[in-house]
Amino acid sequence: MPRKRATLGRRRPKEWILRLYIAGHSARAAAALRNLEMICEEHLSGKYEIEVIDLLKHPQLARGDQIVAVPTLVRRLPQPIKRIIGDLSNAERVLVGLDLRPRARVSRVGA
Amino acid sequence: MTAGGLPRGRATLVAGGPGCGKTLFALEFLMNGAVQFDEPGVFVTFEETPKDLELNVRSLGYDLARLVKTRRIAIEYIRVERAEIEETGEYDLEALFIRLDDALRSVKGKRIVLDTVESLFGGLADGGILRAELRRLFGWLKERNITAVITGEKGDKTLTRQGLEEYISDCVIALDHRVIDQISTRRLRVVKYRGSSHGTNEYPFLIDRDGIAVLPVTSLQLQHTASNDHISTGLRWLDRMFDNRGYLEGSSILISGSAGTGKTSIAGHFVDAACRRGLRALSFTFEESPAQYTRNMGSIGINLSRWIKKGLLRVHAARPTLYGLEAHLATMHRDIDQFKPAVVVVDPLSSLGGGTVGEIHATLIRLVDYLKTQQITAVFTHLISGTGAAAGLNKDIEVGVSSLMDTWILLRNTPGRGGDRQLLIIKSRGMSHAADEQRFRITSGGLAADEVPGALTAATRIRKD
Repeated sequence: MPRKRATLGRRRPKEWILRLYIAGHSARAAAALRNLEMICEEHLSGKYEIEVIDLLKHPQLARGDQIVAVPTLVRRLPQPIKRIIGDLSNAERVLVGLDLRPRARVSRVGA
Repeated sequence: MTAGGLPRGRATLVAGGPGCGKTLFALEFLMNGAVQFDEPGVFVTFEETPKDLELNVRSLGYDLARLVKTRRIAIEYIRVERAEIEETGEYDLEALFIRLDDALRSVKGKRIVLDTVESLFGGLADGGILRAELRRLFGWLKERNITAVITGEKGDKTLTRQGLEEYISDCVIALDHRVIDQISTRRLRVVKYRGSSHGTNEYPFLIDRDGIAVLPVTSLQLQHTASNDHISTGLRWLDRMFDNRGYLEGSSILISGSAGTGKTSIAGHFVDAACRRGLRALSFTFEESPAQYTRNMGSIGINLSRWIKKGLLRVHAARPTLYGLEAHLATMHRDIDQFKPAVVVVDPLSSLGGGTVGEIHATLIRLVDYLKTQQITAVFTHLISGTGAAAGLNKDIEVGVSSLMDTWILLRNTPGRGGDRQLLIIKSRGMSHAADEQRFRITSGGLAADEVPGALTAATRIRKD
């Protein structure tokens, strides 16, 4: 089974369920997870859950969420599903991608 | 056509505009691999869902679902929706590799199709990463010795919109779909094939219920083995005019004449005689249905339906305008390939219109050439008709076609004598033949000659066995 990382806090169901798809424990994968945890702690403290899925171990799981790139972060909850690819190094863009910040003056091309 | 197929263990790019048959081409490659060569494969679709794909090919007679169920083919549907994706920071397409690897493993795949990989460019913003990853992907496939077909959308000036031809350097095939005179023609061209000789011409092909059929040009090699054997015309008096022996085996015969001069009947006698000898015959009738054809032949005492029942004769009736000239020749070619006849009748050639004289000429050269390489004796009829410009074009075609033929027979009505016809052998390569016109009548017992010119006056009876 995929490894789950729950945050500290109450035992009620989380509003935010995030999946991070990686392929092996590369430096990029580690950076993405680190960046994600920082952002979540700052903005979603106590309300989130992160699942890390290593596609090298579970290749068949890539199909369900239509993953082609790694790392890919998938917001399973709240709906609708969102995908953010890359090492999540730009916190602003991650927040926009997660709908935590309005999409203002954001150009799509380039990070 | 590519002298042996696509390069094994390497990638082939199939490029073309929308609706040109790329997907079908790729699918056929995969299905044939799975069914005929024990090479299972993976179809990676970036545009159509597996369900759509199955439905689309079912209309062409493929049971894709069964091949999927029996693990001969795996379908991997990859959808990348740009609107749902945010990009930040570095990434690679390792997940794509993992998916392909997983799919290939699931069927022990030897072949793969990526249709169309360019969709990724629509879904992902970073073209630089994408290009690098695609290059890696093609290398990765090569390393695994997977034979790949990659489709690409035609670009404005380039072969493919994203310049995929730069990455796939082994073999490139361009497909094209044109509409000329309201008739669609599909063409295929091998642009490049490293380490192999290939024809650079455009080859017409068509898509019908049996999938894709290509009409090869047989590279126009004039290496037919010339036969010295003869084959009866089915009419004793006509045989006599041909040095007492009949047509040369494997030769092409043109019978031209205006309406009602007995062209079809002469061809009918020929078919009948061939079947009598146990040879297979294939008749293309473009203006009559098979039922009409056999009935009309029956009215002059030629019973063709028994040969059809015996499986010796096949009558293929179709209006050529349905497809366009080249596509039509492609169907004929396939029918000939499947039935393997010794004798072919094309009746009439003149209805293979729908093109310029040059086009008609070029495609006929291919057909005649193909028949000769197969040592098939072929009779073509040609209707002389029309007035004004139409007649001029018709005449041009006749002149062009007759030069391709070994034997040319001209029929005409005898002036002033109702019901009588006259036959003249204008030429017959490689053999002696009667030089005078022969008078004949169409009777309920077949074509009957009045008298044989020259020394052969004895033979007035038609063959009646």
